[in-house]
Amino acid sequence: MKIYYFAWVRDYIGYPYEDISCPKTVKTIEQLAQYLKDQSDGHRRAFQDLSSIRAAKNQKFVANNSEVADTDEVAFFPPVTGG
Amino acid sequence: MIKISIQNEEFDVTAEIKQLSSKSIGAIATFCGMVRDSSKDSSLISLTLEHYPGMSETTLEEIAQKAKKEWPIDSVTIVHRVGRLKPEEMIVFVGCASAHRHAAFDGCQYIMDYLKTDAPFWKAEETKDGTTWVSERENDKAAKRRWHLEESN
Repeated sequence: MKIYYFAWVRDYIGYPYEDISCPKTVKTIEQLAQYLKDQSDGHRRAFQDLSSIRAAKNQKFVANNSEVADTDEVAFFPPVTGG
Repeated sequence: MIKISIQNEEFDVTAEIKQLSSKSIGAIATFCGMVRDSSKDSSLISLTLEHYPGMSETTLEEIAQKAKKEWPIDSVTIVHRVGRLKPEEMIVFVGCASAHRHAAFDGCQYIMDYLKTDAPFWKAEETKDGTTWVSERENDKAAKRRWHLEESN
């Protein structure tokens, strides 16, 4: 699964992108975030408060209970602040 | 016509307005968003904007299309800059061209309200004390809600 990170989520994790194979138990965005949280100290800081993070699946905003598959492109980032 | 551009370079407001113009256009409303120094001691050095390439273009295109559906707007231009910007530089340009002014004004406001909450861009402020990511504003979410349309995030 291709996973992208932006803004402070990327700063905590230390890199903007990773390609990972998830265990079969990971079926939703929230489960993916919980799984990623245990990958490093940086991940733990980035995913500490899930309510402060937004997710996109295949470049569309999705809710935490949205299902994810290995072929999806997922991104985690803070609420947007453009304009 | 819809023109979307995400770029590092400065944009030329007069040139953008000229591109939106045609014989049937009676009104072009424009909006320019600027780099503002909101630090306590006016110490902003720069503002760095990043985006999610691909998703940012698609989102802006969708917002422009929705505005064209709501109002009789002929053309929309959205230019959003990314990279490192200095105080007083322009960040974003929105232009709506229509036969009459109301659609052009409303279209511009609608596009900015949705851009603020839905388009994947992030700002980091650099001051003499270091660099910090800008937080979302509750006001922006309320501004989008006044259009009484569905929430997309």
